[in-house]
Amino acid sequence: MSTAQAVGDLVSQPYKYGFVTDIETEKIAKGLSEDVVRLISSKKQEPPFLLEFRLRAYRQWLQMQEPDWATLGYPPIDYQDIIYYAAPKQQDKKTSLDEVDPKLLETFDKLGIPLSEQKRLSNVAVDAVFDSVSIATTYKEKLAEHGVIFCSISEAVKEYPPLIERYLGTVVPITDNYFAALNSAVFSDGSFVFIPKGVDCPMELSTYFRINSGDTGQFERTLIVAEEGASVSYLEGCTAPMFDTNQLHAAVVELVALDDASIKYSTVQNWYAGDENGVGGIYNFVTKRGQCRGDRSKISWTQVETGSAITWKYPSCVLQGAESVGEFYSVALTNHRQQADTGTKMIHVGPRTRSTIVSKGISAGRSANSYRGLVQMGPKAVGAKNYSQCDSMLIGDQAAANTYPYIRSQQPQAAVEHEASTCRISEDQLFYLQSRGIGFEEAVSMMVSGFCRDVFNQLPMEFAAEADKLLALKLEGSVG
Amino acid sequence: MIRPDAPVLLEIKDLHARVEDKAILKGVNLTVRAGEIHAVMGRNGSGKSTLSKVLAGHPAYTVTAGVVTYRGQDLLALDPELRARIGVFLGFQYPVEIPGVSNLEFLRVATNARRAEQGAEELDTFAFEDLVRERLKVVQMDPAFLDRSVNEGFSGGEKKRNEILQMALLEPLVAILDETDSGLDIDALRIVAGGVNQLANADNATVLITHYQRLLDAITPDYVHVMAAGRILRTGGKELALDLEERGYDWVDQELAAQAPVPLEVA
Ligand SMILES: Nc1ncnc2c1ncn2[C@@H]1O[C@H](COP(=O)(O)OP(=O)(O)O)[C@@H](O)[C@H]1O
Ligand SMILES: [Mg+2]
Repeated sequence: MSTAQAVGDLVSQPYKYGFVTDIETEKIAKGLSEDVVRLISSKKQEPPFLLEFRLRAYRQWLQMQEPDWATLGYPPIDYQDIIYYAAPKQQDKKTSLDEVDPKLLETFDKLGIPLSEQKRLSNVAVDAVFDSVSIATTYKEKLAEHGVIFCSISEAVKEYPPLIERYLGTVVPITDNYFAALNSAVFSDGSFVFIPKGVDCPMELSTYFRINSGDTGQFERTLIVAEEGASVSYLEGCTAPMFDTNQLHAAVVELVALDDASIKYSTVQNWYAGDENGVGGIYNFVTKRGQCRGDRSKISWTQVETGSAITWKYPSCVLQGAESVGEFYSVALTNHRQQADTGTKMIHVGPRTRSTIVSKGISAGRSANSYRGLVQMGPKAVGAKNYSQCDSMLIGDQAAANTYPYIRSQQPQAAVEHEASTCRISEDQLFYLQSRGIGFEEAVSMMVSGFCRDVFNQLPMEFAAEADKLLALKLEGSVG
Repeated sequence: MIRPDAPVLLEIKDLHARVEDKAILKGVNLTVRAGEIHAVMGRNGSGKSTLSKVLAGHPAYTVTAGVVTYRGQDLLALDPELRARIGVFLGFQYPVEIPGVSNLEFLRVATNARRAEQGAEELDTFAFEDLVRERLKVVQMDPAFLDRSVNEGFSGGEKKRNEILQMALLEPLVAILDETDSGLDIDALRIVAGGVNQLANADNATVLITHYQRLLDAITPDYVHVMAAGRILRTGGKELALDLEERGYDWVDQELAAQAPVPLEVA
C-alpha cells in the first residue's frame, strides 16, 4: 500500500458518533414564517420582550442576503425545508436527573459525557443539549453556592429575565449578519453563564450539543457574562449522527467581560463531516464574538474544528476596555470534501489593547481550508499590539490551504505583526519516523500534534489529550 | 572481525528493485555475519542509497525479485517500523527535518518501541533522560539538541551525529550507515567514526556506505564491496578500497562493459 493510501485510510476512520437515538420527538412543521417564530416563542413560554426580539430579527433576516464572500461552495440552502424546533418528548425540564429519559442519559453516556451522579466528571459541570432543548445541567446547586449561574438559556429567560434582556444581542446585534439574524429569530437552546463580581468560577463549565434529528436545524444561543474581576473557563463540544442530507447549524455565542474579568472559551467541534464523497454532514455557520467591555479584561477563544461539511466561523474579540486582551487559538482540520473558512476578528478600540492569533490549518484529502482574519486598529488604539501566526499543513497533494489576513489600521502607534507558513507531511518524514520503529499512525499523529502544540497547550487539561486523539482519529488514512 | 562460524545476520540474494518504472537494483547479493564491518562503495547513482532504503522498507521502492533474510526471517515482508524494532537500522544520507516533533520525545518513543520488541520495560521520561545523557557521550553531542525539533535547523554534521545517537539508543544488530561521513569536517568525522567503532561488537554488524577512503581509515572494514549499475561488481578486503582510491572507478566501467550481456541503458 502506498503511503498516500495509507494516510488516506488513516484519516478516513469511521465517525464514532454517527448513531441516532430512537426517541419520540416533538417537531413542528417544516418551514419558516412569522407564525413559526411565534410558535417557537410560545412553546418556550417566553416573555414578550423576547418574542419582540425574535420578530425584529426575523424581519431583518427577510431583507438580508446569504453571504457569499467565503471560499466555500455548496448548493443553495432551502430555508423552507428545515424544521426549526424539535424536542425529545418529555414534560417540562426535569428537576432531577433521575427523571430524565434513560435513553437520553444513555446517549450522552455513549458520547463520553456521563451525566448521572455516579459517573459524571468530578470537576466539570455539563449542560447537555439534545436537538432544540437542554435536557440536564449538572452541579447547578454547587455552582449556585458561589453565585455562579449555569443553566440553559431557556431556563435563564424564565428565571433571570433582566439579565437576558440586558445582555442578549448586545455583542452580536440581530443585524450583524444573515446567520446571526436567523439564529436570533429561531434560536432554540444553549447555555447561559453568569459569573458575579469577583468570583473565580470553581469548576470548568461545559455544554455538549447533540444533533439527533435528520431534518432539523440547530440554532443554539450561548451567552456568558463575567462581571468585574470574575473568571471562567468554558468548553463546548458537539457531535451529530451520520445522515446523507445536510443539517444546518447556525449558532450565536456572545461573551461579555467587564473590568478585570476573564473568559476562556474552548470548542472541540466534531459534527458529522459527510462521507468521503462529500455527501451529508453539518453546515456550520456560526457567529461567536466576545466583548472586552472592561479595562484589563481578557477573552480567549480556543477552537479545535474537526467536523462539519462546511465551517463558516470567526470567533472574534472587540477590545474596548483599556489594556484588554484578546486571544484566538485555532486548529482546523479538514479531510475528504470538507470545506472550512475560519479565522477571527480582533477589533482594537481601547488604548494598549493586545491580541494574539495562532491559527493552524490542516488539510487532507480533497478538502479546502482557509484562514480569514481581520486585525483592526481603531483611532484610539494607541500602543495597541497584535501578533498573528497562521500555519498550514497539507496532507497529500489534492488539498488546498489559503490564508486571507486583513489588516486595517487607523492608528499609527499600533503594531501589527503577521507570520505565515505552509508545510506538507512528506513521505520521507513519515518514513524517517517509521524507520525508527514508530508505527505509521503514531508517526502521523506525532507530526500533527507537534504542528498543533501551541494551540493544544491552551486547552483545559482534561480536553487537550482528547483533542490530540480526535485529530489522530480524523487523520486515519490520509497522508502521502 | 571475520569469524566464519559467526551467525548470519543479513542475507541478500539476487535483489532487484525499481522506483516508479525505473529498475535500479539489478541483482544484489550480500551476506553479513555478526561481528563484521562491510563497506559498500561506488559511484554516485550506482544504487547504494536505494539498497539501504529497500532494506529499511521505503514505500517508494518496489522489490521485483530476490530475497532478504534477517536472522532467518523474511525481512521484506515486514513494515518499516517492525524492521527497526527487530534491530535493522538505517543511518540516512539526508536525515529529514521534522518541525514540531521534539527530538527528545522522538528518541524516547523510538527507543521504547525497540525495547518493547526486546521485552525490556518501557522507560519513562526520567529514566530515558538518564540513558540519553549517557549515550550523548558516544557522539559528544550537546544536550541542547534534545530540546529542539527533530533535525530542525541542525547543520549537516549535527544531523549525522543525531543519526549515530539514534543508533546508540536503538542498539541495532545490523546498522546500515549511508554516507555518514559526507559533509563532515575532520573533527566531526573523527567523532562519528569513534562512535561507530564504540558501538560495533561481536554480536552486531555494520554496513558503511561511503565514497571516501578517509572514513575507512578510521573504521577498518572486513569487506569492501564495489557497487555499479545496481549490482555488487566486486568484493575484496580493505585493500580494495585503497586500490579504488588510487585507480578511480574507470576500471569499474570497463569491467561492466565487458560483462554486460546487453547494452546497459536497456537493462
Ligand atoms: N525516488 C527516486 N525516484 C527516481 N529515481 C531515483 C529515486 N531514488 C533513486 N533514484 C535513481 O536511482 C539511481 C540510484 O540512486 P541512489 O540509490 O541514490 O544511488 P547512490 O546512493 O549510489 O548515489 C539514480 O539514477 C537515481 O537518480
Ligand atoms: Mg546515496
